[in-house]
Amino acid sequence: MSEVLTALKAKFPQATDRPSSDHPAVNVPIGELVAVLGHLRDTGYDLLMDMTAIDWAEGASPRFTVVYHVMRSTKGGDYVRVAANCASATDPVVPSVVSLWPGADWHERECYDMFGIKFEGHPDLRRILMWDGYPYFPLRKEFPLAGIETPLPDAEITAETGAKVIAAPMQGGPFVASPGEVNLTDAEPRAKDESWSDRRPQPGQEPLKQVKE
Amino acid sequence: MVSSNTELGYNTKVEGEVMVSRADAVINWIRNNSMWPMPMGLACCAIELMATASSRFDIARFGAEVMRFSPRQSDCMIVAGTVTYKMAPHVRRIYDQMAAPKWVIAMGACASSGGMYRSYATLQGVDRIVPVDVYVSGCPPRPEALLDALMKLQAKVKREPSSKRLLSA
Repeated sequence: MSEVLTALKAKFPQATDRPSSDHPAVNVPIGELVAVLGHLRDTGYDLLMDMTAIDWAEGASPRFTVVYHVMRSTKGGDYVRVAANCASATDPVVPSVVSLWPGADWHERECYDMFGIKFEGHPDLRRILMWDGYPYFPLRKEFPLAGIETPLPDAEITAETGAKVIAAPMQGGPFVASPGEVNLTDAEPRAKDESWSDRRPQPGQEPLKQVKE
Repeated sequence: MVSSNTELGYNTKVEGEVMVSRADAVINWIRNNSMWPMPMGLACCAIELMATASSRFDIARFGAEVMRFSPRQSDCMIVAGTVTYKMAPHVRRIYDQMAAPKWVIAMGACASSGGMYRSYATLQGVDRIVPVDVYVSGCPPRPEALLDALMKLQAKVKREPSSKRLLSA
């Protein structure tokens, strides 16, 4: 185990090891999160590289976990990963670390936008990617990739064009690349289920004949 | 005795100070050769749009080099890139602010159909909010493809009954 984790666990006895294949990682109770991150920042891990969240699944307990990566930017350049579980699955609340790193501001706004995790003490917790008033949190597990039908952000434009946010036509998607494919045409991102494609022969149907030009 | 005309070029003295043509032809000729684009650069297609404007491809050869960043002064909106639902109302509003006559080129897969972004955040084709005249395939399209779209649009404008529309407007 790395020195930094030994020192951290001596200072915060409630911190436990977190399985990790790369950087030293630690689980901490959500109440100690700011204290642990503050301690790390003051002992050399002065750069918050990333801050994100995990949604384990609907009904899972804990449902949401927030993950922080801090880096020693001036010497070594090594990382520490800190994770904390949210207490509530329906109304996840995490203390904000904007007081430690002003750069955490937009990370936390994105996390709120995508997962609906509220950051207590954040100076300006608004959506950052989706528009204000969007009714869903798109990276939650119950939200479909194609989206859910809602009005456009601007009511005037909606009235003028009749357009709205629609569930994207997936047509057998999601569209994924085939890693390791040598043929570049076959390696293009495509739907794994191509039963919809009229280029593939359908069951009980003559395959389409190639028309010579 | 009347001598035959030996002039090779156009000589106004022959016909007087007057040329005769159709109003449509004149109006469309003017519109064709000064089609100022509104560069709606939203993603990587905008890089190709810039390449089209610069010296190697030189969109000025077709009279469309004057990228107007004001909708009031532009004729042809080139939607170059992914239109998100958050951006869609603004695209439509800028289209509304353009003075008629106005045209739209949907440049690239994303603007034409949503492209590879089959997701909750991306408008599935800019034709859901503005009327599109020419679609350009490609991801992103080569500058030649955009020039081809511009020429297709010019061919389309050449056939428009412009004087009739002006009189009925």
